[in-house]
Amino acid sequence: MTTGTVRPPVRRRTTGRALRRLPLNLAALLTLAVTAFPVYWMLITALKPTSDIQADNPSFLPLHPTLAHFRTAVDADGFGTFWRNSLTVTLGAVLMSLVVALLAAFAVGRMRWRGRRAFILLVFTAQMAPWEALLIPVYVIARDVDLLDSLSMLTLIYFMTTLPFTIVTLRGFLAAIPVELEEAAQVDGCTRPQAFRRVTFPLLAPGLLSTSLFGFITAWNEFAFANTLIIKNQDARTLPVWLSSFSNVFGTDWGATMAASTLFMLPVLVVFLLLQNRVTSGMTAGAVKG
Amino acid sequence: MLTAPSAAPQVAATDPPAARPRRRGRRIAAAAWPYLLVAPTVLGAAFLLGYPLVRNTVMSFQHFGLGELIRGGASLAGFANYREVLGDPEFWTVVRRTLWWTALNVALIMVLGTLISLMLIRLGRRMRLAVMTALVLTWATPVIAATTIFQWLFQSRFGVVNWLLVKLGFTSFRDYTWFAHGGSTFGILVALVVWQSVPFAALTLYGGLTTIPAELYESARIDGAGALQTFRLVTFPMLRPLFALITSLEVIWCFKCFTQIWVIGQGGPDGATTTLPVYAFQIAQSLHKYDLGSAVSTLTVLILLGALVFNLRRMFRQEGAL
Repeated sequence: MTTGTVRPPVRRRTTGRALRRLPLNLAALLTLAVTAFPVYWMLITALKPTSDIQADNPSFLPLHPTLAHFRTAVDADGFGTFWRNSLTVTLGAVLMSLVVALLAAFAVGRMRWRGRRAFILLVFTAQMAPWEALLIPVYVIARDVDLLDSLSMLTLIYFMTTLPFTIVTLRGFLAAIPVELEEAAQVDGCTRPQAFRRVTFPLLAPGLLSTSLFGFITAWNEFAFANTLIIKNQDARTLPVWLSSFSNVFGTDWGATMAASTLFMLPVLVVFLLLQNRVTSGMTAGAVKG
Repeated sequence: MLTAPSAAPQVAATDPPAARPRRRGRRIAAAAWPYLLVAPTVLGAAFLLGYPLVRNTVMSFQHFGLGELIRGGASLAGFANYREVLGDPEFWTVVRRTLWWTALNVALIMVLGTLISLMLIRLGRRMRLAVMTALVLTWATPVIAATTIFQWLFQSRFGVVNWLLVKLGFTSFRDYTWFAHGGSTFGILVALVVWQSVPFAALTLYGGLTTIPAELYESARIDGAGALQTFRLVTFPMLRPLFALITSLEVIWCFKCFTQIWVIGQGGPDGATTTLPVYAFQIAQSLHKYDLGSAVSTLTVLILLGALVFNLRRMFRQEGAL
C-alpha cells in the first residue's frame, strides 16, 4: 500500500490520526475535568484563606495557601474522639468479617457438603439486602437489647453489611489457588488446617488485603445507621455523622468544612491510590462473580 | 477436636478392635467441619439480617408507636397499616418519584459509563491512566465527603457553579439558591449520585471490553460495520451478562439511596426529594409511627424484589451450574 513514496503518506497519516484522535482526547480531557474537579475544589478550598474563599471571583489555584482550616477542623470539639470511634468500629467490623468470611469461603471453596448451594444463594441474597429499609427494626432491636448509643451495635451492623461481599470475593480469590498445592502439603505430612495455614493462606494474602479494604471503606463511610443508632451519647458519634453536622457547627465556614472532608477521605484515598490496580481487579472479580 | 490427631495413632497401634468406632467418629467430625465453618456466618445473618427483616414485617402488622416503643406490648393491627399507607396519595407520589429517580440515575450511569469505557479502550496509555486515576479518585470519595463537596459547589453566594453560570451570561443565577427549590435539589442529587456511580460502571465495563478478542472487531470492520453497528452486534452481545449485572447493582444502589438525600435536605424542600427509604425513615423517626414506617419498608423491599425478579431468576439459574 505504501510502497514507493514512503515519506509524505506517513507524515500525512500521523497528522491525520492526530486530528482523528482529537475529539477522543478532548472527550477524555472533559471527563478528567468533570470527574476530578469536585475533589480538586475541595482541596483548593481547604487550603485557601477565608478571604479568598469569599471572593467574588474564585481563584483556581491556591495563591495564598494556609493550613488554618485544617487546624480549625482538628481543634474542633471531639475530632479526636470521633476519629477514634470510627477507627475502632471500622477495624472491629473488618477483622470480624474477615475471620468469619475466611472460614465460610474455605467451606464453600474447598469442601463438598449438603446445603452448600443454599448457603451460596443465602450469601448472594444477603449481598443485595436493602439495609436502609432495616433502619427502623434495627433501631428497635438495639433499644430492646440496650445497645442504643453503643459502638458495639454499630460494629455488629457493619460486620454484617460487609460480610456477604467479603465471602463472595474471598471465594473468588480462593478458587484461583489450586487445591493441588494444599494436597501436596498434606501428602508431605501436614494436617488439613496446617496445609491451609502454611500454603494457601500466604497466597491468599493479597485477596484478604483488597477485600478488607472494601470492607474498610464501606464501614468508614457509613452514615445512616451511625446517625440513627447514636442519639443521646454524642461521644459515641462517628466521623461521617460529625462531618454531616460540621457546616451547622461552624456556620458557613466552608474552608473548615472542606478541610474536615479532606481529612475524612484521606486514609481511604491514600490506600486506594496505592493499591489502585489490585483494587480494581479485585472489585471486578467480586462483582462479576457476585 | 484438637487432641484427636495425637490420640488416634496410639489407639490404633495398641488396640485394633477399638479403631473402628473411633474412625467412624472421626468421619462424622469431618462431615461436621463445613457446617462449623459456616456457622458464624449463618448465625450472624440470622440475628443481624433475618431477625430485623422478620421484626420489620411483624411491626408492620402491629400498632407500634412511641408508647409501644417505650412500654412494649404492641397489639396486632392486621392490615390496618397497609391500608393506611396504600390509601395515602402521598405514598404513591413517593413511589412514582422513587421509580423516576432510579430510572433516571441508572440510565445516566449506564450511558455515561458505557461511553467512558469505550473511550478508555481507545485512548493512549498516558491519557487512559490519567482518566482512570480520576475515576478511581471519584470512586474512593466517601459519600459524606462528596455530599459536602456538592453542597459547596452549589452554594448560593460563593459557589463556583453560580459564578461560572453568571460568567457564561446566565445572570439570573447570581446568588441562586439551588437547595431552596425542589427541582434543582433533585437535579443536584442526580448529578451527585451519577458522579459517584459512573466510575464503577465505567471501570468494570472497561475490564470487560479488554477481554473481547480483537479479531471480532476486525471481522466486523471487514464486513463494513459502522461504530454503532459494531457496538450493537459485537460489543453489547459479548458483554450482555456484565451489562445485566451492573444495571441491576445500580438499580439496587439508586433505589435504596439514603445518605445523600438525607444529608442534603432530609427529603426536602417540601418533600420534593423524598424517596421510599427516606419516606419510611421520616414517618418512623419524626412522627414516631414505627408501624407505618415498617409497612413502607416492607413495601420497599417488595417493590425492589419485583424490579429485580428477572435478575434474581438468572442468578439462581447460574448458581445451578455450580
